[in-house]
Amino acid sequence: MRSLTNLLGDINETFWFPPKASSFAEETDSFFMAIMWISVVFFVLIVAAMVYFVMKFRRRPGYRGDSSALHSNTLEITWTVIPTIIVIWIFARGVYGYMDMMTPPAGDTIDINVTAQKWDWQFQYPNGAISDELFIPNERNIRLRMRSIDVLHAFYVPSFRAKSDVVPGRVTTMWFRPIMEGDFDLFCAEYCGDKHSEMIKKQGVHVLDMESYETKLAELAKPPSHPVYHGYWLYKNRGCKACHSLDGKKIVGPSFQGSWGETVQLSTGESIAFDDQYVQESIYKPQAKFRSGYEKASQMPSFEGQLSLEEVMSLTAFMKEMKNEAFIKLVSDEDGLTPEEAKSYGISDEAVAAKDEGSESGGKGDPANEMPAEPNK
Amino acid sequence: MSEIADLSALPQEEREARENFLFNTKGFLSWALTLDHKRIGLMYLVGVMSAFFIAGMLALLIRLELMTPTNTYLSNAQYNQVFTLHGAIMVFLFIIPSVPAALGNFLVPVMLGAKDVAFPRLNLSSFYLWVSGAVFFLAAMLYTGLDTGWTFYTPYSTTTQGPVVAATMGVFILGFSSIFTGLNFIVTINTMRPPGMEWFKMPLFLWATYATSIIQVLATPVLGITVLLLAAERILHIGIFDPAYNGDPVTYQHFFWFYSHPAVYIMILPGMGIISELMSVHSHKSIFGYRFVAYSSVAIALFGFLVWGHHMFTSGMANVTTIIFSALTFTVSIPSAIKVFNWLATMYKGTVQLNTPMCYALNFIFLFTIGGLTGLWLGALSTDRPLHDTYFVVAHFHYVMVGGTLVGFLGGVFHWWPKMTGKMFSETWGKISCLLVFLGFNLTFLPQFVLGSRGMPRRYAQYVAEFQELHQMSSYGAFLLGFGLFVALGVFIHSLMAGKKAPPNPWGGATLEWQCTSPPPYYNFLEPPTVNDPYNYKPLAYRDGDRGWEYVHPEAPEVPQSEPEPAQS
Repeated sequence: MRSLTNLLGDINETFWFPPKASSFAEETDSFFMAIMWISVVFFVLIVAAMVYFVMKFRRRPGYRGDSSALHSNTLEITWTVIPTIIVIWIFARGVYGYMDMMTPPAGDTIDINVTAQKWDWQFQYPNGAISDELFIPNERNIRLRMRSIDVLHAFYVPSFRAKSDVVPGRVTTMWFRPIMEGDFDLFCAEYCGDKHSEMIKKQGVHVLDMESYETKLAELAKPPSHPVYHGYWLYKNRGCKACHSLDGKKIVGPSFQGSWGETVQLSTGESIAFDDQYVQESIYKPQAKFRSGYEKASQMPSFEGQLSLEEVMSLTAFMKEMKNEAFIKLVSDEDGLTPEEAKSYGISDEAVAAKDEGSESGGKGDPANEMPAEPNK
Repeated sequence: MSEIADLSALPQEEREARENFLFNTKGFLSWALTLDHKRIGLMYLVGVMSAFFIAGMLALLIRLELMTPTNTYLSNAQYNQVFTLHGAIMVFLFIIPSVPAALGNFLVPVMLGAKDVAFPRLNLSSFYLWVSGAVFFLAAMLYTGLDTGWTFYTPYSTTTQGPVVAATMGVFILGFSSIFTGLNFIVTINTMRPPGMEWFKMPLFLWATYATSIIQVLATPVLGITVLLLAAERILHIGIFDPAYNGDPVTYQHFFWFYSHPAVYIMILPGMGIISELMSVHSHKSIFGYRFVAYSSVAIALFGFLVWGHHMFTSGMANVTTIIFSALTFTVSIPSAIKVFNWLATMYKGTVQLNTPMCYALNFIFLFTIGGLTGLWLGALSTDRPLHDTYFVVAHFHYVMVGGTLVGFLGGVFHWWPKMTGKMFSETWGKISCLLVFLGFNLTFLPQFVLGSRGMPRRYAQYVAEFQELHQMSSYGAFLLGFGLFVALGVFIHSLMAGKKAPPNPWGGATLEWQCTSPPPYYNFLEPPTVNDPYNYKPLAYRDGDRGWEYVHPEAPEVPQSEPEPAQS
């Protein structure tokens, strides 16, 4: 499936552009090429005139130039008016394409809420399901309503030729209509700090046929029931993994591994037990207490109103399990916690096993694979 | 200021050596406390070149890191600090003061046949403001590593760790330096033009400088206000730009670009002024369409105030606002195009001599044309949408700022180098440096247009592997460009050490600076010279390498003659 879409992508790519995967692409690309040809004509004329004049009028024995002032109002007006007419046309066509991009067709759109935060994306679908990658049906109008909970971000899918800033304190909307099934890249295009260049979803925008889309949404709406697995699932899907590792390394915040039950040092010099109370407070009021050495964690947004008490308890259960060597080994390897591993560890249930057949075999959501692939050349 | 000593008894050569502004007084303090605009100009030149060296090295570090898609030498955080430093130093310490403060300080009074600028002390204080601003700025940024990007966008800048307040205070101080220089030039050009130099007999470099100065005086205060508000928000938590205190980040962008877009014209207009001089002098041909070139400078300065919104096409402005800004943006493209056409037409029927400064001028036209034309994609709303904040934008503004301003600046330095130092430089190596800069520059930034249109966002420490080849091309180009600039530096150093003595007028220029010795005496002109057309080359004839061009025509304007009359001042 994946290699097939890649292959398809390769065929659709050109020297200048990624695949034309949305309804904007045709107009934008042909307009791009139109400006290109206009520019090439002007550029060639300018450089040709430059080279010709340098050769023709160069200082050399037997040639005498005339240094007196030349002037021609006709010429000046010509080369003022012609570019003016051309830029008016470019302006007008730009507005034409822009209005299409800014005006979602009335009715029949699928509204998806997007939350951007350092350094992850969350997508909430009409049925309430939440995911960290975007799943959309092909040939349908998609409208994104985007919020940021910290700094400026920008939602940019090159293959859709669509981009819009996500501004904290505002709700920005954008729409597009995918016209090709496949997996496309999502980039954050507005500088947002340390992991700006990792706030990407490599092949993380999935355009599916309507049936697969609906199946996917139904799966996403049903979280795992076992608290530990549910915690792991939340960790992957709700943005924790952007700043907290499972392998003990410091990313921005402390790792989830091995902290449970320890006494940790706060930046104020006090000590505090790493327990349910502390975890809950850190999720709802992250600014209250920082662990020493993690003052940069002041960037963590509050999850109050975003994670329910039940979800916080699942996360706590997951953190508790992260003391267990065997469990750590399962979750921190290349492919994360696969359904089989969960089953063998005894934290799975029927619903999860069925659901994960679909999602995990797609190879998505694995923290280790979120990063740009190793250079293969 | 010391009296002009009566040295008329001495032979001419020795008198010139004694009066030459570089050596008429000696010692550190004679430079540190000088009021001579030429010395201040040279000190600025050394200052901005040092800033350029630092920021250029940072650019190479960026390109080295981007050879591979993953972190190699720099962590994400270090990469962010490096590109912030690169941008901030280049913009605030190099490009903005480069031409006006370094070349402008040296040239404006001499081109006007005046002894100095209108306010010499203000001039010296502007230099020290620049130095203290620079020290403050660098210290603040290096202290804990500023990582906001040179634009200080909120709310990132109001929440990040690091010395944002100190750094913005550095910007504030540098802004005053810029305002002082602009104010000085406006007054100087208004009041100190010599008899006969009407507005439309001014050299075009002065028109460009005048237009630039107007922007500096009108726009820079807004930058000052912006950084003060930013500091107030960070320290006092007054809600202006940060939604956490009921502010709005887009408001910051309006404030910031209201200065920083006109600032783009502070950067490019003086470069255009240089090119107007270079094209005319080295084509030995009066400038084509003088009035159009002069008016286009003013037009660019005025339109430049109305287009800041094009930095915010994806920021979520209202559609109508966005469309209006797009329309206004295209108005700026017309005067720029007019300039290019007039420069080209200037060569027509002239006598083109490919001296090093001319090579740089042609290089400028080539690169600036690409920079200008690629602006069309970004001004047009539908194509800007995918290209905004990608490498397409990076390549576009580097073509304008580096291909335009830097190349123009280098052309200007080569052109006036004999006048400033009294030494000629190696033509061959000068031209080689120009060729290397040309090749290196295009190899660096042409691939970035493709990167951008294929979707590579800006300010990425790591990137997806498919972009690697284009990034590597760009990096190799950057190393070549760096090498070319080092060759240019070598040419200058060699000229200082072993350059031949420069004649007063090595290129055959008709503006006033070519009428005094190279380097000029500390008083420039004993009395205001009479002036005619700054682009009338008819009375000039080439003698030979040692004598350069001299006036032979009976109509030649009076040269300040070799008999300085004592007790004139």
